[in-house]
Amino acid sequence: MAATQRPDLTQASAADLAGSMAAGEVSAREVVDAHLERIAVVDGVDAQGPVWSAKTAGRLDADEPHAFLAVTAEAARDHADDIDRRRAAGEHLGPLAGVPLALKDVLTMRGAPTTCGSRMLEGWIPPYDATVTRKLREADLVVLGKTNMDEFAMGSSTENSAFGDTRNPWDLDRVPGGSSGGSAAAVAGMLAPLAIGTDTGGSIRQPAALTGLVGAKPTYGTVSRYGLVAFASSLDQAGPFARTVGDAVALQTAIQAHDPRDSTSVPDVVPDLGLHLQDGVAGLKIGVVRELQGEGFEPGVEAVFQASLERLTALGAEIVEVSLPTAPVGLAAYYLIAPSEASSNLARFDGVRYGLRVDAPTAEEMNAATRAAGFGAEVKRRIMIGTHALSSGYYDAYYLQASKIRTLIANDFRAAFDQVDVLVSPTSPTVAFNLGAKADDPLAMYLNDVATVPASLAGIPALSLPAGLAEAPGAPGSALPVGLQIMAPLLRDDLMYRVAWAFEQATGFDPRPSGPRAIHLDGEVSP
Amino acid sequence: MNDVTAPDATAPDANASMGATTDTTPDGLLPEGWELVVGLEVHVELQTTSKMWCGCSTDFGGDPNTNVCEVCTGQPGALPVVNAQAVKDAMLLGLALNGGIAPRCRFHRKNYFYPDLAKNYQISQYDVPLVHDGYLDVDVTLDDGTVETRRVGIERLHMEEDTGKSMHVGDTGRLHGADRSLIDYNRCGIPLLEVVSHPDIRDPETAQGYLRELQSVVIATGVSDARMEEGSMRCDANVSVRRYGEELGTRTEVKNLNSVRSLGRAVRYEAQRQVALLQDGGSIRMETRHWDESKGLTETLRVKESVTDYRYFPDPDLVEILSPVALVEAVRERLPELPAVTRARLVAAGVPRDQTAAIVTGGSLAWFDEAVAAGGSPTSVANWLAGDVVGQLAAANLSLADSGLTGAHLAELVALIDDGTLSTKMARQVLDGVIASGGTKAPAVVADEQGLKQVSDEGELREIVAGVVAANEATVVDIRGGNAKAIGALVGQVMKATKGQADPRKTNQLLQELIHG
Ligand SMILES: [Zn+2]
Repeated sequence: MAATQRPDLTQASAADLAGSMAAGEVSAREVVDAHLERIAVVDGVDAQGPVWSAKTAGRLDADEPHAFLAVTAEAARDHADDIDRRRAAGEHLGPLAGVPLALKDVLTMRGAPTTCGSRMLEGWIPPYDATVTRKLREADLVVLGKTNMDEFAMGSSTENSAFGDTRNPWDLDRVPGGSSGGSAAAVAGMLAPLAIGTDTGGSIRQPAALTGLVGAKPTYGTVSRYGLVAFASSLDQAGPFARTVGDAVALQTAIQAHDPRDSTSVPDVVPDLGLHLQDGVAGLKIGVVRELQGEGFEPGVEAVFQASLERLTALGAEIVEVSLPTAPVGLAAYYLIAPSEASSNLARFDGVRYGLRVDAPTAEEMNAATRAAGFGAEVKRRIMIGTHALSSGYYDAYYLQASKIRTLIANDFRAAFDQVDVLVSPTSPTVAFNLGAKADDPLAMYLNDVATVPASLAGIPALSLPAGLAEAPGAPGSALPVGLQIMAPLLRDDLMYRVAWAFEQATGFDPRPSGPRAIHLDGEVSP
Repeated sequence: MNDVTAPDATAPDANASMGATTDTTPDGLLPEGWELVVGLEVHVELQTTSKMWCGCSTDFGGDPNTNVCEVCTGQPGALPVVNAQAVKDAMLLGLALNGGIAPRCRFHRKNYFYPDLAKNYQISQYDVPLVHDGYLDVDVTLDDGTVETRRVGIERLHMEEDTGKSMHVGDTGRLHGADRSLIDYNRCGIPLLEVVSHPDIRDPETAQGYLRELQSVVIATGVSDARMEEGSMRCDANVSVRRYGEELGTRTEVKNLNSVRSLGRAVRYEAQRQVALLQDGGSIRMETRHWDESKGLTETLRVKESVTDYRYFPDPDLVEILSPVALVEAVRERLPELPAVTRARLVAAGVPRDQTAAIVTGGSLAWFDEAVAAGGSPTSVANWLAGDVVGQLAAANLSLADSGLTGAHLAELVALIDDGTLSTKMARQVLDGVIASGGTKAPAVVADEQGLKQVSDEGELREIVAGVVAANEATVVDIRGGNAKAIGALVGQVMKATKGQADPRKTNQLLQELIHG
């Protein structure tokens, strides 16, 4: 079958779509249908029934990004129709009303499956909405479906999903990053103008960098974790993916709010993200983190980063080098704290109440058999690391020590922000790598997070936005996205976006994937 | 509470093989030179409206899995939020137990797998409990009848959550060997306090006294009804023995103690078992033992080969609990009169000491105070509250609060007896009537309606008695001849003539007067 696509709708920004809908030029239903059409054609889903499901791993095609695990087609159309009806009736609608988006499969949505990329939760339909999901609905955003991810958000390539790899729309033989790789691929592949991801140690920022997107981890506690299936509770934070800074600002604004159902939700009011967005960077002091560059960073990435600094200087910012002395051990601390919390958070998956159950003669044996069958290798590895780190006799040396390092890193940031307004670094030490390249080397995979983990440990806001293209090592002539990370003090997400906006304006990055193995963007597509 | 009785003297019945001993400790429990050491861990379910982390009701006895939500069944993504009322209630009990309140404390996760624990970790407190270093003074009645006050130290009181209840379908009734298991999560997440005593207890009577006194304090503060038979208060005993002056011995933890009586029996049994084992050259294993009430013995439940590693760590879903002085003082304002003070007050008012516990722990203190305020004699009111009221309510399957009975009713009832209007027997009938009316009818009204009134009017009764004497000349002669017992027949006739409403004392007095002149 051949299908006509609507690149005018699928390649538009959320702001432009919202404007067209508000002006009556296009309906929410048309916008949703255009995206569903593109998903049906390019993403490797069985486009049948009210909820389209992803093809099973063996049937996936190397030309499909496999961004979605489930597409809630019928609910999305109904929601769009409802928005159109209410708009026609003159009701007041939110600024993003009718804009479709993709939701990482780690956030619950009533009536739709939530798997967290794990066999453990295959078939589980949550009985409640995550607060983020509720906020999206209240803002009249239309959820298209749930996106693929590393199992329980553990990974940096989306190769740890039990339901098959997600591919990078810029080069379908490469990874999109992770763990929110499905959300990144959906937005980069023009399957959705916006997506929600979650970031524990870089799971929004790193895939955003690898797919040429804007991706932000808000200040910890400003977006509710209620209904976000926990990986590491003290680090997990949901945030936006978008193709423009303005769209990311709009989406973060829609989901951030104090939530009485989340005890770690901050009561403070976050400054209006849009108020000073366009004020520019002239006069701002921007710190370059000495410890987050150099060894381990690809030359192409380094080159784009240096060019970014020159661009910021040209915009009137003062670039100064600052030190986060504890940052180099941040990765080690992160890989103790996150697995420790995970080992406890994931204990509830025992076959008793929901999800997978492998029957056995006793409850204990049933638990063990279920967990052996339901969890993948990386999840098991982290549960074992975390269980060990919390064991009596090891607790002081591992978990407690890591917690102290965490405090030191937060202090480092505080001291740095006494000198500068924001900090910058490359988001990821590498551009997107080939599928399978690091799958058997957990340590190499963990190094992807070296630049993103410090901000996670400190709870501060950080984002990645496209800074340019670079050649991948061993692939002459290739051009893959490189991300610039901007980190700001606690609750100063507004400042982070202000710098990002100025940088974006000066960069003029084209988010449409290009290259020999890039996803097809428009026109007739014959599968 | 049926448990509020004198310590029972039930001897352990399964120690015949433990070797007869002649020289024993003063109370006869252990051989000479041996000492018992007991510490108690008591769990109290708080009666807050909602659960510890969610808005679900804490109501007892609902259909399985009806008071549940995504939080208390541990659904993925759900998060806990501390119930502020539970914290204040815990603080109140802590203050009542003379404890200090931590200015800041936090929750830890206690990790272990069990099907009725929805998250496979229990949110509890670990390094810094809400309450530390309290104590409870326990009155123990010695063999010679004197009362001695013993102080039992309280190490800590911390907050945690209750688990669900497993039901095992199969032959054994236990998890092991069951065909299948069902779990009711209604109880899961109900706020629970754990009160941990120091190992200060040296005899079963003090252990029982401590548990009774703790129960009284809990009831007085109103944070729980502390019903052991319903599980809203549960007790585990850590029992060890040693020779005087030696280090503490290896302890066993005895579970399934469902009453104060069980606690006494179990501690006696366990102490004697341990001494017999040690005297035979054996050693005590660190283990958890199950008290079998019907067999009267403890059995191994599970052996603790090493200290269980619960991998405690601070719960990252929750934030610190701050207890500023102003809050603590506001809670302290809520402290009620504590049971020891109440008992002393009752005794001073003339209530027999052995009835005070029934009133204080039985939950009828408010009625007592109201009745006395309404003019009832404290002795009589206490007597009725501790006796007939309890009995009749039990027969009607009602609680005092639900009965409609008020303190004013009791004062009126007691007054009607004291002025001779009602006999004790009639008063019981009237009490019945008041309860049957749900408290809508006052005792005088019930007496009136049922025609219950003693004929004690001197003139009226004298006339009836005179008539009976005149009509029974032969009996009168018999009595005058020395057969004093025959007067009973004449009393009976007077009662018959008055339909049982004659005051028996006055009737007797008048008959004597008329017969013997
Ligand atoms: Zn609940």
